Amino acid sequence: MALPKHTELHYRIWHYFYLFICGSVFFFLIAPLFVIFPLSFNAEEFLSFSDGMKSLDPDAFSLRWYKDMIYGTKNPWGLAAKNSFIIAIFATIGSVLLGTVAALGLSSRHMPYKGIIMAVLISPMIVPLIISGVAIFFFMAKSGLAATHTGIVLAHIILGTPFVVITVTATLSGFDHSVTRAAASLGSNPVNTFMKITLPLILPGVISGGLFAFVTSFDEVVVVLFLAGLENTTIPIQMWTGLREQLSPTILAVATCLIILSTLILVTAELLRRRSERLRGINR
Amino acid sequence: MSSETQQILTTDGIPLEVSLKKAERRNKIKAFLLVAPLLLFLIITYVFPIGDMLMRSVDDKMVTEMLPKTFKAMEKWDGKELPEEEVFEAFYLDFRKLVEEKREGKLSTQLNYTKNGFKSIIKKLRRKSKSFEEGNYKEQIMAVHKRWADVEYWKAIKRRAPAITGQKYLKGMDMYKNESGEIVSVEEDRRIHRILWLRTLEIAFFVTLFCFLMAYPIAHLLATLPMKYSNLLMICVLLPFWTSLLVRTASWMILLQQQGVVNDFFVWIGLVADDARPEMMYNKTGTYVAMTQILLPFMVLPLYSVMKTISPSLMRAGKSLGGTPIVAFWKVYFPLTIPGIGAGCLLCFILAIGYYITPALVGGASGTLISNQIAFHMKSTLDWSFASAMGLMLLAGVLAIYWVYNKLVGIDNIKLG
Repeated sequence: MALPKHTELHYRIWHYFYLFICGSVFFFLIAPLFVIFPLSFNAEEFLSFSDGMKSLDPDAFSLRWYKDMIYGTKNPWGLAAKNSFIIAIFATIGSVLLGTVAALGLSSRHMPYKGIIMAVLISPMIVPLIISGVAIFFFMAKSGLAATHTGIVLAHIILGTPFVVITVTATLSGFDHSVTRAAASLGSNPVNTFMKITLPLILPGVISGGLFAFVTSFDEVVVVLFLAGLENTTIPIQMWTGLREQLSPTILAVATCLIILSTLILVTAELLRRRSERLRGINR
Repeated sequence: MSSETQQILTTDGIPLEVSLKKAERRNKIKAFLLVAPLLLFLIITYVFPIGDMLMRSVDDKMVTEMLPKTFKAMEKWDGKELPEEEVFEAFYLDFRKLVEEKREGKLSTQLNYTKNGFKSIIKKLRRKSKSFEEGNYKEQIMAVHKRWADVEYWKAIKRRAPAITGQKYLKGMDMYKNESGEIVSVEEDRRIHRILWLRTLEIAFFVTLFCFLMAYPIAHLLATLPMKYSNLLMICVLLPFWTSLLVRTASWMILLQQQGVVNDFFVWIGLVADDARPEMMYNKTGTYVAMTQILLPFMVLPLYSVMKTISPSLMRAGKSLGGTPIVAFWKVYFPLTIPGIGAGCLLCFILAIGYYITPALVGGASGTLISNQIAFHMKSTLDWSFASAMGLMLLAGVLAIYWVYNKLVGIDNIKLG
């Protein structure tokens, strides 16, 4: 942002001060994530930069903690990663199915009691997680699903559907319903119309809702803390125990992997969002 | 004339109005059937359990069921002087049954909640009651311990007669019902919950304020920069947003610990001495810093989406009409961003008020919030009814905030980014 030449001095100073503030805030936002990278390659057992690391001595860096993450004794991370992925994938499928279908109904202008039903559907997102955790725990304990994968998947479906409902209804709000009517007038049955016309158009919204649901499940720890037994440990649970008991650099190696994963998800989500905006732009 | 108008018929000969209504109803049912699976699922697994929390939070059947005969006999007792023989007899019979079922320990725990001192006298009663003779139980029980002859203890038992109680809610606000049934506060030095509620509000408020102060300039920069720069900077906001909460908390733990990066930096620039490194974690500072960074994207995104829609020519118009940039900003730009400010603050505040993970990890004793207390009672003391009561109080607070927000700004302004 270049300033015009005639700008007076005090505005000039103010402008650079403003840029400085913005720069600091961006630094505050992003820098903490980057501390983890170098420290995860630490050859020593400490969580601060050793003198060797400061002078960029190659011996001060190692892949030791990554090895420990994969081959370590009693290695909890393998099981945790497996569980996390299984749970997140099933929770995503469940959330996307239930959420998309519900969003289709909600976007219909014939839907009765829209306001109150919408409020119920997105309530798991509004209610503080700790309360959801307690409530879901009571349900799972009563129905014997506590400490089972099924129970955790169901819990994550509860937490994930609001995101799908919101993103898909948002996509549908720009949806031109005359195309489905056109399909119907050409003799297509509703299911066929949905698969061939509606779904491809709302797909970006469905996928980004699914990504939200996936991340919610993959990162969820409050509810799982109530529900999980030893067999259902997940990556967030392992990190939670690790952070509480003793900060070992192995956690940083895991964290680095998670940051890479979230970068991938971020890129996908951004691409989808732009595609969706483009598609909706055409519809308008 | 209008009554003469011919009814319009469809081709089947049904009046159009009827036919339309039928189609309308069919569409309604169709739309509802689409929503039904999720609605049903959520009602069963989520809405009912929250109702279950409500039931648990007021539930006090335990003692009621343990002493059925006693409470029946107590109905006639006026509660002023020591009860009659029949109450003692009923109590003895109930108690014998509990001892046979080995449940008298639970009774003593429960009664001890109501009044301190029950534990030891119930233990004593269990031992002595084995050699009780038939008849005149009043004297035999009173002979076990002098507290059994104290009317206050019998009043305490009577207070546990109702199957429903608001006692857990009172406890959540550090209050209780005293002997004469008045609601009073506990002693000053035992008011832990009030401190926690106030601290939760305080931290949520300041975190929201910090987020707002930091998010406003960068959202403005993002909204006014050319697309190619702002997209790049947007990643700085979105990457933390998509990164695991535990990863971000972990990085703050590394940064803020005593031998951590921030302290190293302070020592290096000479701000603090090496042997006097300040404690920045396991206290309120840690909670403030980490929560502000974690919740910042939730403030930036709504602000950005609102600022994006404000045309830059408005500011230019303000300036050309003679306003200084500050006046133009304050009178033109700022009012237009209020919906974004509202949405961002609401999101931040509500997320902050129910925060659990970060305060538990970096908060130590002075930086924990009400959620941590709820989790503590769920997992450690197993006082689930108390945890439910506190959870519902928190929920009521959150809903109240939504209600106020909806009145002031309108709930539809929230966007997901």
